[in-house]
Amino acid sequence: MDGFIQQLLNGLMTGSLYALVALGYTMVYGILRIINFAHGDVLMIGALVGLSVIRLVQAAWPALPPVLVLLCATLVAMAVCAVLAVVIERVAYRRLRHAPRLAPLISGIGVSLLLQTIAMLVWTRNPQMFPQLLSLAPIEVLAGASAHPAITNVTALTTIAIALSVMVALLVLVERTRFGRAMRAVAENPQVASLMGISPNRIIVITFAIGGALAALAGIMMASNYGSAHFYMGFLPGIKAFTAAVLGGIGNLKGAMLGGLLLGLIEALGTGYLGAATNGVFGSNYQDVFAFIVLIAVLVFRPSGLLGERLATRA
Amino acid sequence: MNTLKKTALIGLALSSLASAVAQADQTVLIGLAGPLTGPSARIGKDLENGAQLAIDQANAKHPKINGEAVTFKLVSEDDQSDPRTAVTVAQRLVDEGVVGVVGHWNTGTSIPAARVYHDAGIAQVAPVATGHAYTQQGFDTSFRIMGHDDDGGQVAGDYALKTLKAQRIAVIDDRTAFGQGLADQFVKSIEAGGAKVVSREYVDDKTIDFSAVLTNIRSQNPDLIFFGGVDAQAAPLARRIKQLGIKAPLMGAGGFVSQTFLQLAQNEGEGVIALEPGLAIAQMPGGKAFEQAYKERYKTNIELHAPFAYDGVGVLVAAIEKADSVDPQKYLPVLRAISYEGVTGTIAFDGEGNLKKPSFTVYQVKANQWQPVSVAGGQ
Repeated sequence: MDGFIQQLLNGLMTGSLYALVALGYTMVYGILRIINFAHGDVLMIGALVGLSVIRLVQAAWPALPPVLVLLCATLVAMAVCAVLAVVIERVAYRRLRHAPRLAPLISGIGVSLLLQTIAMLVWTRNPQMFPQLLSLAPIEVLAGASAHPAITNVTALTTIAIALSVMVALLVLVERTRFGRAMRAVAENPQVASLMGISPNRIIVITFAIGGALAALAGIMMASNYGSAHFYMGFLPGIKAFTAAVLGGIGNLKGAMLGGLLLGLIEALGTGYLGAATNGVFGSNYQDVFAFIVLIAVLVFRPSGLLGERLATRA
Repeated sequence: MNTLKKTALIGLALSSLASAVAQADQTVLIGLAGPLTGPSARIGKDLENGAQLAIDQANAKHPKINGEAVTFKLVSEDDQSDPRTAVTVAQRLVDEGVVGVVGHWNTGTSIPAARVYHDAGIAQVAPVATGHAYTQQGFDTSFRIMGHDDDGGQVAGDYALKTLKAQRIAVIDDRTAFGQGLADQFVKSIEAGGAKVVSREYVDDKTIDFSAVLTNIRSQNPDLIFFGGVDAQAAPLARRIKQLGIKAPLMGAGGFVSQTFLQLAQNEGEGVIALEPGLAIAQMPGGKAFEQAYKERYKTNIELHAPFAYDGVGVLVAAIEKADSVDPQKYLPVLRAISYEGVTGTIAFDGEGNLKKPSFTVYQVKANQWQPVSVAGGQ
């Protein structure tokens, strides 16, 4: 039982990170119907920029409390990545908006390689130590219940809390505000939206900026949890978050959140119980296989994902 | 048949060339290949220094081969630690008429170069390449004088049982050829010794979140956790072990001992145990004397692998002198059967060309530094 709670906590932590990144994929897809393959690398740049800011701030004001340092680094990284995402949109996607679907896909992969190479040159190819600014000291959940109580820590709890509140804020933004209405209108039909006085370009730029900022946030939270950052760190969360977005129904915000959390939980519980359930035939080596089997099963019965709307009606 | 004939012909032509050279100015060329430029240049230079020292000491004894006075001479080539360049410089060494080669530095360069030396029929003694694959290509001209990675798993298993007295062991590997091979050998070794693998878990070489597998491991109450993988992942793994309140120490066998590990572990690597092939200089039988000679000659400290390059040349020269011939066809059988007392320990080869009974140094993180604590293997 305590193992179960522990795996739930593990899954919730990775899942909320996947969800944050998945939002970036899904928002862009919802509006432009393209997959922004450079998104994972924006996360990586966010973490590394955050790391540099932390180093600078700590060198300049050593007495500053760690929470403020982290906050400062997060805000700078989010701003940098928002700008970066907008630049990516301008350089790699805008000219290709009416090109065949493959073209933006390829240019996205190109940008991804470019970002990795730049990061390798700037921050070297060695993994960098990411300082521990929030405590990782174990907090026991349901202490005393058994020999191995489930353990969590401030960093993980903060990550989950921030991720969930950001998701709620985003939902409110999209569903309750004028800007959100404009965004949904552009997603539905850019031509008609522009006839109604909405500038699709402006909406697209803001969407990319939000996606980039969320990726930076996820990058910093990832680096704080695992204590390291390197030029290649965007690859895995990028792939996983993309999977999560598809699982939940790409183009759908709630779907991305649900997909992210589900994927995290499936992975943790799969690792935890697959071995025991199959008597060691399938162990943690099938963790990814298991996650993708779930994805395939969902897509067989619901081709547009768990919460995805059918796209056939789109003009 | 055809290739055999060709090889024999080349070998013959080469040996006659080599002996012709030896006759002309009584010089026997020995090749050295390593990264002399690029990011690993200091390591290559260190190898070259060690090899040169061995050449000088051999010449100081005024060696005679087949009744003639000879002088050994080192020919260095720079492979930039790049597999493609390694093949080119290997060919260049062969063309220059070396009778044997010490090199290359790592497994990636030693493997492709081995074919060139094999085709030329001359010995290649790799000082520090630890990938088992290098000697698994079936070339009878490939030798190594450091324990390979599979040995690492074997010796680590032994150490876990006998010294650490571990009985319930959890094993994780990163599913790379290196990590999985290491973990499999380790499991074989501890199971043969009667200990139990309570949990066998897998991650991949990009995994950064070890919480899920560690939660499984924690429920099994292991007294040791073995990881087949390298520093960049071992450090976050060590941190997560501490954070989940697991008391069992983490152990590795190759690829752990580095500054990267200490930096990434952020003071939570304390107590981690790791094996590395070879002995620390102070523990080598001839370590002290070698260190002194090196310092006198080069006015600098040993970087890393100089003793192994020194022994690589030493064992080649010993085989040539014992066979009383610079002809590879004559000295190769001698080299295969040799038992040579080098500064790094006794050098003898098994059927594949691996060092027999390799020694490993056990390191542990104490006060955030890797400290050698004992020696495993050997004997």
